[in-house]
Amino acid sequence: MSHATSHATRPHRPAPAPTKPPRAAAPVHRRRRTERPNLLAGLGSAIWLAVVIIPVYAMITTSLAHQDEALGHNALKPPSHPTLENYRTVLNSGFGHFLANTAIVAAAVVAIVLVLCVPLAYVAVRSRTFWSNTAFRMFLLGVAIPAQAVVVPLYLMIAKLNLYDSLLAIILPTAAFAMPVSVLVLTGTLRDISEELYEAMALDGASPTRMLFQLVIPLAKGGISTVVIYSALQAWNGFLFPLIFTQSDGPRVLTLGLFNYVSQFGVNIPALLASVVLSGVPIFVVYLLARRALVDGLMGVGGK
Amino acid sequence: MSSTVTPVTKEGPVTKDGPRRNGSGTGVRAGRPHTAWILPGVLFFAFFAVVPMVLAFCLSFTQWNGLGDPVPVGLANWRKLIDDPRLTQSLTVTVLLTVVSWAFQTVVSLLLGVWAAGRQRNRAILSAIFFVPFLLSSTAIALLFYALLDPNFGLIQGDTLGTTSGAFLAIVFVGGWQFIPFHTLLYQGGARQIPDVLYQAAAIDGAGRYRQFFSITLPQLRNTATMSSVLMIVGSLTYFETVLILTQGGPGTDTAILPYLMYEAGFRSYDFGYASAVATFLVVAATALSLLLVRLTGFGAMRSTREGM
Repeated sequence: MSHATSHATRPHRPAPAPTKPPRAAAPVHRRRRTERPNLLAGLGSAIWLAVVIIPVYAMITTSLAHQDEALGHNALKPPSHPTLENYRTVLNSGFGHFLANTAIVAAAVVAIVLVLCVPLAYVAVRSRTFWSNTAFRMFLLGVAIPAQAVVVPLYLMIAKLNLYDSLLAIILPTAAFAMPVSVLVLTGTLRDISEELYEAMALDGASPTRMLFQLVIPLAKGGISTVVIYSALQAWNGFLFPLIFTQSDGPRVLTLGLFNYVSQFGVNIPALLASVVLSGVPIFVVYLLARRALVDGLMGVGGK
Repeated sequence: MSSTVTPVTKEGPVTKDGPRRNGSGTGVRAGRPHTAWILPGVLFFAFFAVVPMVLAFCLSFTQWNGLGDPVPVGLANWRKLIDDPRLTQSLTVTVLLTVVSWAFQTVVSLLLGVWAAGRQRNRAILSAIFFVPFLLSSTAIALLFYALLDPNFGLIQGDTLGTTSGAFLAIVFVGGWQFIPFHTLLYQGGARQIPDVLYQAAAIDGAGRYRQFFSITLPQLRNTATMSSVLMIVGSLTYFETVLILTQGGPGTDTAILPYLMYEAGFRSYDFGYASAVATFLVVAATALSLLLVRLTGFGAMRSTREGM
């Protein structure tokens, strides 16, 4: 057994290794080959930098301005008397509660998606029976089903199940709609686990269940973290399901909370922008702490 | 659940599937879980995605205001849909929005992604900044531009959202602003997986930078481009919240994309039968589109870009 696992962790390591050294050397190589710097690319990236930075900058400066100062004021000029009052307004309007709801939804969606999709992908890759192939095709097509298209009948079903206006009403459909891409990503990852590793474990008499936990899951960490990030983002971004399946303050998630601030704050644009800034803070912290994991995980959605 | 099912029926699929397996050249059966393992996932997905789709189809033949029971009305909703001038307009604007967004996002993220795939330090720092918009939710981004485009206050003078072309371009821009970071990342990852030998061989043959881009980088990014395009095209339907927050489908109904039309019919006018007809139409259109993409690019077969190497 220990033999099999030591095998199991190894092929993953050398895989990136041979590709890395030549790449590290590549820029040097290329620079020597093409002496002139890529002006076009430099110009393009400078333009895009402006496109990204200016709205973010305007958002932050305006969120620090007094309400009366902001009206008719050039958003690019920093406010003369910066204030945190707008942030206080937002925090006193249920922001923390909405954020907590979003966190619960995201955690539940991730858990459901993982528990359902890992075995699915395992079967789709290893046991290519008629039914598993059919299921795989269904998920492949499922990528294209827009959530909007099912929202009316889902509304009816949620009402009949007595789930209307609860967090579960958001969690269950959000998880279902995160599944197609998750299955695709996981099958892509599982395809790379080599036949010999399964054979080695089979010689040890391992059941498919044991292989799932001791071989497949440890080796599919890349794909699994992609799925975690992807499905958490679906929950974080979700707007339509909360809009239609909930109405009271209790199960209100952050996206819907922000949407309601539009009517609540009215012309108080600085407070509205403060709520937008605040909504970005938690995920920005995650980005700072785990940029590599987040970026690598998201790259995984593209497969290879 | 899965573990209790496995041992009982283990023999079935193994024997049934044996010949095919041998035919494909892999004679080994190690670690093949029973097909029943897929049941929980398939049932869950079927319940929340497939059943509602079928239900939407059935509801499209009824009249229902959300209370009481749906009343069958035959083809009335479909007739109304075909005669509805808003549908033609909505379909046009949906297709236009999808195509323009796809072109805008693909060009920018392909170029940025290939550029960011280089390992220079300045590129790494800029890539980290380019990623920031993706950290905000689509709702937050729509609100940000709702505020910045506000004629009484905003960054841009004049009533951008009050004109048809202004509102349309605003939606395209806001969608791009949000999703380009993500697609850039996909292309960056794809470009980094292109083997360096290809570039070295091309350099020996005397191919310049632009020739290398068109002859090596682009063809090698085929799979990435397919995945990214499918996500973009399906994703452009999620501009729903952007439309709802920025333009409310306006001016008039000029930016009322299909999902917005459905939302208005269902949850503003409480005509759920008609909304279901629009929804069914939406599913058919989206499925046809993605089937076409999958066919065209051979994505289903998961062809490798390394063929012939």
